[in-house]
Amino acid sequence: MSALWEPSPRERERRQVRARLTRRRVAQGSIATLVVVGGIAAAVLLSPGWPRVRATFFDSFHARESLPAIVDGFWINVKMFLIAEPIILVLGLAIAVARSSRSPLLVPLRGLAIVYTDVVRGIPTLLLVFLFAFGMPELGLAGLPDGAFFWATVALVVSYSAYVAEVFRSGIESVHPSQWLSAEALALSRGQALRHVVVPQAVRRVVPPLLNDFVSLQKDTALVASVSIFDALFTARDYANYNFNYTPYVVVACFFVAMTVPLARLCDALAARIARRERAGAR
Amino acid sequence: MSAVPVIEVRGLRKTYGERVVLDDVSLTVGVGDVVCLIGSSGSGKSTLLRCLDLLEQIDDGVIELDGREISDPLVDPREVRRSIGMVFQAYNLFPHLSVLDNCTLAPRKVHGRSRSEAEATARDLLVRFGLGEHVDQHPDRLSGGQQQRAALVRALCTSPRLLLLDEITAALDPELVGEVLDIVRELAYGGTTMVLATHEMAFAREVATRVCFLDGGRIVESGPPDQVLFDPEHQRTREFLRRVLPQ
Repeated sequence: MSALWEPSPRERERRQVRARLTRRRVAQGSIATLVVVGGIAAAVLLSPGWPRVRATFFDSFHARESLPAIVDGFWINVKMFLIAEPIILVLGLAIAVARSSRSPLLVPLRGLAIVYTDVVRGIPTLLLVFLFAFGMPELGLAGLPDGAFFWATVALVVSYSAYVAEVFRSGIESVHPSQWLSAEALALSRGQALRHVVVPQAVRRVVPPLLNDFVSLQKDTALVASVSIFDALFTARDYANYNFNYTPYVVVACFFVAMTVPLARLCDALAARIARRERAGAR
Repeated sequence: MSAVPVIEVRGLRKTYGERVVLDDVSLTVGVGDVVCLIGSSGSGKSTLLRCLDLLEQIDDGVIELDGREISDPLVDPREVRRSIGMVFQAYNLFPHLSVLDNCTLAPRKVHGRSRSEAEATARDLLVRFGLGEHVDQHPDRLSGGQQQRAALVRALCTSPRLLLLDEITAALDPELVGEVLDIVRELAYGGTTMVLATHEMAFAREVATRVCFLDGGRIVESGPPDQVLFDPEHQRTREFLRRVLPQ
């Protein structure tokens, strides 16, 4: 029957109107964007100090000169992030689960988890980096490396796992009690309910705030510059101090942006896919 | 009855991708009419109601409200919805607001009433429908029947020209259905214009001025309740009624 259907003249007319409205919205959006972006660009480029700023921050010669060293340094940031992130996710989730456990045997663990998140989140990350990178090697712990890179990474893991744990916990607590109830009704243990019912739903919900912490961690790998690790920022500072030109800082900023933006888009795409699959037709 | 119907639908078509959900549906609802849409799940009852409230973009046909075409893309849907009240199967109350605040949100923010004026109206209606002691509670504290009554009051607080009820008793326990239907009955006898999708055949027979049987996205049969429910002309209608009516 639907094969025989032809849009009525009124419907055709309506489609034209809708197309016109869409075109108008696109035009409005484009003009608004042009005005805003153009306005900002004009304000910067026409400012009296712009030539001097351009020479000190946007010099193509210095950008090219500092690039190879910055690439090498940035690799350290990437490595640190890639090592720290999975550990943070696992540790954060473990702390969150420990905090929501009800088993009497796990009471000390729960207390520890609470103290850990409270204390660690209270200490500035930079301070943790100092404490770990300078303090821990002094302990002379057998079997552990005493390099600054290792201990700086540990500091980031410690700091961020506390934040990530709280994100996971809020996700776990946002799962409706009826989900716990129906898991219990199926005779699942609390651990099984967490593992198969609650945590999977919680994780889906906390993807956006987790991304926030990811991006933040990527940037905070630059904190290790303060303990003399030759990361991208340290390299840039080194170059800037020798050549009295700040262009390398801008180059480093571009590197960090280039790393965080694709991650943000990826997470958006993941969240959209989950939403499509699980909330199909819900209105 | 006034000459211009409240709602006039002609040749309405709605598809989701390849699936045709409403096919050449025509319907006229006059002032004070109570039109009951019956039919099995997926027959298009809810979609038709949502189309009337402009919650769905239609694929063909014309919808007129008080003689004015509202399916025109140039019509502001919010302006149309100001004069239409809608109640959903799952109540859809806002859980973060008290019952009273649920009921005064639209009157204050959309219709520009003062807080005291909106609250007075809402309180009157809530008391009238037996929710006087739950005014300041949050919806989750209430029973299903109470929540649905609160949702009805929320829709009524803006004095809508037309009330759309989408299977509002389908999620309720049998003993709670009555308290909700009592309100609808009162509204129907009070002259409120309504279109309701329902599975309550006895209720439809009692209050409807007209019953429409939908099947596969088409209105197969339409007429006075006694004719459609007890002397249907179409085979499909008879089959449907045989399944739902206890006999």
